[in-house]
Amino acid sequence: MNSGLLTVLIAMLGGAIRVSTPFMFVALGECLTEKSGRVNLGLEGTLVLGAMVAYAISYHTGSPWAGVFAAGVAGSALGAMHGSICSLPRVNDVAVGIAMMLFGIGVAFFFGKPYIQPTAPRLSSLPFGGCTSDLNLRSALDINPLFFVGIAVALLMAWAFANTRWGLIVRTVGDSAAAARAMGISVDFVRFLSTTIGGFLAGVGGAFLSLSYPGSWNQGLSSGQGLMAVALVIFARWSPVRCVLAALLFGAAGAIGPALQSVGITQGYYFFNAAPYILTLALMIATSSATHSSRDMPGELSMAK
Amino acid sequence: MSTGAPTASEIPRRALGTAKPPSAPADTYDFGSRLRANSEYVVIPAFALLMAALLFALFLLAIGKSPLDFIDYVWKGGFGTAFSFQNTLQRSSPLILTALAVAIPARIGLIMIGAEGALVLGGFAAAAIAVPMVGVVPPIITMPVMVLTALIVGGLWVGLAGYLKYARGVNETISSLLLTYIGIAIMNFFVEGVMRDASNPNKPSTKPIGEAYMIGNIPGTSVHWGFLVGVVVSIALYFLMTRTTFGFAARVTGGNFRAALAQGLPVGRLIVSCAMIAGACAGLAGYFEVAAIQGRANASLAAGYGFTGILVSFLARHNPIVIVPVAILFGGLVASGGLIQRRMGLPDATVLVLQGLIFIVLLVSETLYGRFAIFRPGDAKERT
Repeated sequence: MNSGLLTVLIAMLGGAIRVSTPFMFVALGECLTEKSGRVNLGLEGTLVLGAMVAYAISYHTGSPWAGVFAAGVAGSALGAMHGSICSLPRVNDVAVGIAMMLFGIGVAFFFGKPYIQPTAPRLSSLPFGGCTSDLNLRSALDINPLFFVGIAVALLMAWAFANTRWGLIVRTVGDSAAAARAMGISVDFVRFLSTTIGGFLAGVGGAFLSLSYPGSWNQGLSSGQGLMAVALVIFARWSPVRCVLAALLFGAAGAIGPALQSVGITQGYYFFNAAPYILTLALMIATSSATHSSRDMPGELSMAK
Repeated sequence: MSTGAPTASEIPRRALGTAKPPSAPADTYDFGSRLRANSEYVVIPAFALLMAALLFALFLLAIGKSPLDFIDYVWKGGFGTAFSFQNTLQRSSPLILTALAVAIPARIGLIMIGAEGALVLGGFAAAAIAVPMVGVVPPIITMPVMVLTALIVGGLWVGLAGYLKYARGVNETISSLLLTYIGIAIMNFFVEGVMRDASNPNKPSTKPIGEAYMIGNIPGTSVHWGFLVGVVVSIALYFLMTRTTFGFAARVTGGNFRAALAQGLPVGRLIVSCAMIAGACAGLAGYFEVAAIQGRANASLAAGYGFTGILVSFLARHNPIVIVPVAILFGGLVASGGLIQRRMGLPDATVLVLQGLIFIVLLVSETLYGRFAIFRPGDAKERT
């Protein structure tokens, strides 16, 4: 095979694995929240705040995993805020999401300013490419453990939705609040918990951004990944496993620009930067329909009504 | 917000619920009860604003800064002197237009947050069409062409999100924000590539359009024409949305989509039109940023006016006229950002934190509507 093309493909594979991880976490978090019948558009802010907190804690404690955990806690705080505000009557969850997005980004930039310069310890990755001598392949197969954590969470979620009491409760609340109330379930509490845990996952996704790839904290770290992940859940039709596959697809799209750059094609770099956004929009157009709501969509979602 | 003072002074006793029952004739009672019912929409947002300010003051105290200093600098930097107030008006111009870009779709039931992208692309398109015309075509022709280009490009950009909503059911909030990212990427693509001004090594920009092709200030002030245009557009859109069949049809569609369909209203055309009006407003804001301030298109266009505009529109309850005073308030906040940063040693994101806080508290306050007997004259009588 043409070696240039092979290099691009390998770089895209490595890029897909690296770039997809934050998408995966945010998408899984959003998937859980939406399964319970609420949309949290604020995960973009959660992602950015998670990235900042992870970097700061990793810098102060010297332990990147402490950073990952702290990012999750910060994310669940934002999730809990969203969850409790939306429990109030007459409050629109989409609008609260927009506000949470602006608030999360603001707080992250505010407290993150002193951490732009210093270098924090990063998460080390697992060298799966050790057996191969090809340098490109080796760097592509340096996989961060969080990637596998994400896949494990996806499998766990898929299993729990299908087989556990909790999974049934979340799905019932998401499909019909009236039915859930009839069963004696507190709809608001289930949604609060789902949004909080969803926020935790999105925060961990942010930790990956600042502690692994790109691996530093700055104000331009996330530009819409959180939002794209929300769109990705629609494309994945609310299935955790399909969320992982869709995240990989998005990762590959996001890796086109850097991959082409690695073989010296720099023209249209800014165009390829837009590729993930355009792909997201194209997928949304392809999977949406004006006349009926998407298959498998939780019936209580505000966008379904 | 602007109607707060007369409301409070005209019916103070009844509002407090301590006075004797009204003995006014039927027609003035009707007016009074309407005023009382409407004052809910002023008192609750104002209360939310106050609560957010209190929370922010606590936040400042927690990090060891003085809230009084903060208020002082916002006053000095945004409103205190003629110079700073003119700066505020200047900054409120894009806020008025981007808030309108949120308010008009909101009337038809769509939450669109794509104003930032339409502003950037509209401004860029205006600069891009002007650059080859500079020195060839006189300003008197070039300037209207620039305005028209900004209106059309902005209108088509957000109109696309409206069309996708109607034709394909694509969620308009997500698609409009995605289009913002795409719009910024398109501008960067051209500004860093084929359209880059090679003589300007510092910041990738288009070639300058030149002083003669820029739109000046309102005579006797240092405020550019964008402010006045913003005010005129707000008034025009207020009349469009409240006094015309178009506006009525749009509000019916926003209130009950199925009823609008059943009535045979041209729902698709209404949605796309509202989205296009929104985009045109944001594009116009982009035109003024290029033609009145920057003189060229570059990344400074994406300064976040589109996002602050979302908050302005929500705070004004998507009422085009109320948007103007609210935009001036936030224009002052944005204008004083630099002073706060320098004097108080706070990061520039401070304004973002405050805006986020106001937005959240405002949305929480939505839950208060309809809970107070004070605002429902009829109910109050029954209960007491």
